[in-house]
Amino acid sequence: MSWLLGALVFWAVAWGLNAWLAQSRWHRLWPVRLFVPLLFGITILVLWEGVVRGFDIKQVILPAPSLVAQTFANSTDILWVDFQQTVLKGALSGFLIGTTAAFLAAILIDRSSFLTRGLLPIGNFVAALPIVGTAPILVSWFGFDWHSKAAVVVVMVFFPILVNTVQGLRETDQMQRDLMRTYAAGYLTTLTKLRLPAAMPFIFNGLKIATTLALIGAIVAEYFGSPTRGMGFRISTGVGSLSIDLVWAEIFVAALVGSGFYGAVALLERSVTFWHPSQRGQT
Amino acid sequence: MRSLLPILTVLAALLGIWYLAVAPMNIRVALDQVERSGAAVEPATSVERRATSVWRLMWDNSEHVAAGYALERPRLPTPAQVGGELWKTTGQMVERGRPFSKRSLLRHSWITLQSTLWGFLLGTTLGLLGAIAIVYSRVVRMSLLPWAIISQTIPIVALAPMIIVLSSQVGIEGRGVPKAIISAYLCYFPVLVGMTKGLQSPALAQLDLLRTYSASGLQSFFKLRLPASVPFLFTSLKIGIAAALVGTIVGELPTGAVSGLGARILIGDQFGTPLAIWAALAMAAMLAGLLVTLLDLLQRATLKRMGMQA
Repeated sequence: MSWLLGALVFWAVAWGLNAWLAQSRWHRLWPVRLFVPLLFGITILVLWEGVVRGFDIKQVILPAPSLVAQTFANSTDILWVDFQQTVLKGALSGFLIGTTAAFLAAILIDRSSFLTRGLLPIGNFVAALPIVGTAPILVSWFGFDWHSKAAVVVVMVFFPILVNTVQGLRETDQMQRDLMRTYAAGYLTTLTKLRLPAAMPFIFNGLKIATTLALIGAIVAEYFGSPTRGMGFRISTGVGSLSIDLVWAEIFVAALVGSGFYGAVALLERSVTFWHPSQRGQT
Repeated sequence: MRSLLPILTVLAALLGIWYLAVAPMNIRVALDQVERSGAAVEPATSVERRATSVWRLMWDNSEHVAAGYALERPRLPTPAQVGGELWKTTGQMVERGRPFSKRSLLRHSWITLQSTLWGFLLGTTLGLLGAIAIVYSRVVRMSLLPWAIISQTIPIVALAPMIIVLSSQVGIEGRGVPKAIISAYLCYFPVLVGMTKGLQSPALAQLDLLRTYSASGLQSFFKLRLPASVPFLFTSLKIGIAAALVGTIVGELPTGAVSGLGARILIGDQFGTPLAIWAALAMAAMLAGLLVTLLDLLQRATLKRMGMQA
């Protein structure tokens, strides 16, 4: 019981501290802005630990975070192999192929306004569809190894990027394009100097959506058959064999990779589209 | 409706590409079948054929290409085959008077739709409450918003099996609740972000005006912030319901569920009946289209009544 009580006390103190910090005059400083959410996250972990120990919850149902951390430290070799298989081979290669293909397709489509008008609504519709469902089909086409995972990722990221790029390329207005024409700029110059930079906020929007989709696609595809490694494989067999702590360690890796991937794209966005209003005034 | 012609053209082109792709995709399966029925095939055994490219196979066996369009278990079915399977599992079931038999996709769609709507309801409520808390409390905004963003970068599918194990251990029967939780997890975020933007959309001058009327916090919420956020609400609801459907199907996929569209996909995979997978996928697509269109109509009607948009 003391565990539970301690966790509750910690929660109250941490929340009080956060509330005080948020109301204090330092709330705009970056260390405070980093510390407040960090403390919130730690509080949740402490509560989790306290509830698991306080109510004596069995490890096969919900392992305590300390146990997950232990498993994580003990099985870094397995986790590394899974990371290579799922993230580097499956998700990342699929992400690169899919985004490149969608980007090139968008530039080609953009040359014809007829195609643009026809494809935008369809692309928007397809982007809302549950494309993960195609995973079993693609696994049966491309085999069990990472190629099929990459294929699922390609299909999943293609349409969000396509739609966003096509929309972004239409962002420039007539005045700006006329100005380029008075400079005697050709199609290629206009594209690279004016329209692609203007489309960047949209493209990055699509890329950010695609980062999460890529991981989801790579993991789901592994549920339908994979070699005996990979995060999705480990999670589905881990649930079956009740090694739940390893499953949580994999989830932790997935969360870390997902956040890191998203963060990397967001950082890239900030350096490429520094001129955009949404990026200005942030320090 | 200026864009109707381009849309139809693109759709027709996509169908055409699909039909053309069926031939190279199915040629190997088709030739295996033709060989088994005794006809001469060039090269004669399937081992030799595996080393030959599909284009070569189609060239050498041009009379058998058509067989690829009528396979029972094709690698890539034709649109007509998918349509036929769809009709067999929906319309024909209704004609026979058993619209909700176990093989009927209507029944499975209904089950998926139920979980989707529960998840949508739960996720929208959570998103709304979260947005209100974020707009009104700085502590919540500072501590919760970063985690809300991080929560979306965690691939939920990794959590899906865990959520199902947990809820069955806690003593929740059936798969409805865990599926709804998964779809709520995917659906709350767009609502949270959209509504935070929406509730903050009134200008400072408008808020000040209400203060000069000595309006209470509750009054300024219901008379200014909430109405101002309605366009944002509908936009995020449309994203949210599509995400909720994806969540439900993901919740049905890896978990050995027996009913629902995701389960049909899973069963089709395990029993090697690709047509069932394709029909379930087509059904899921139609369901997504229907839900988004319904919300779109609702949005137009509401905004028109509120005088915000024609």
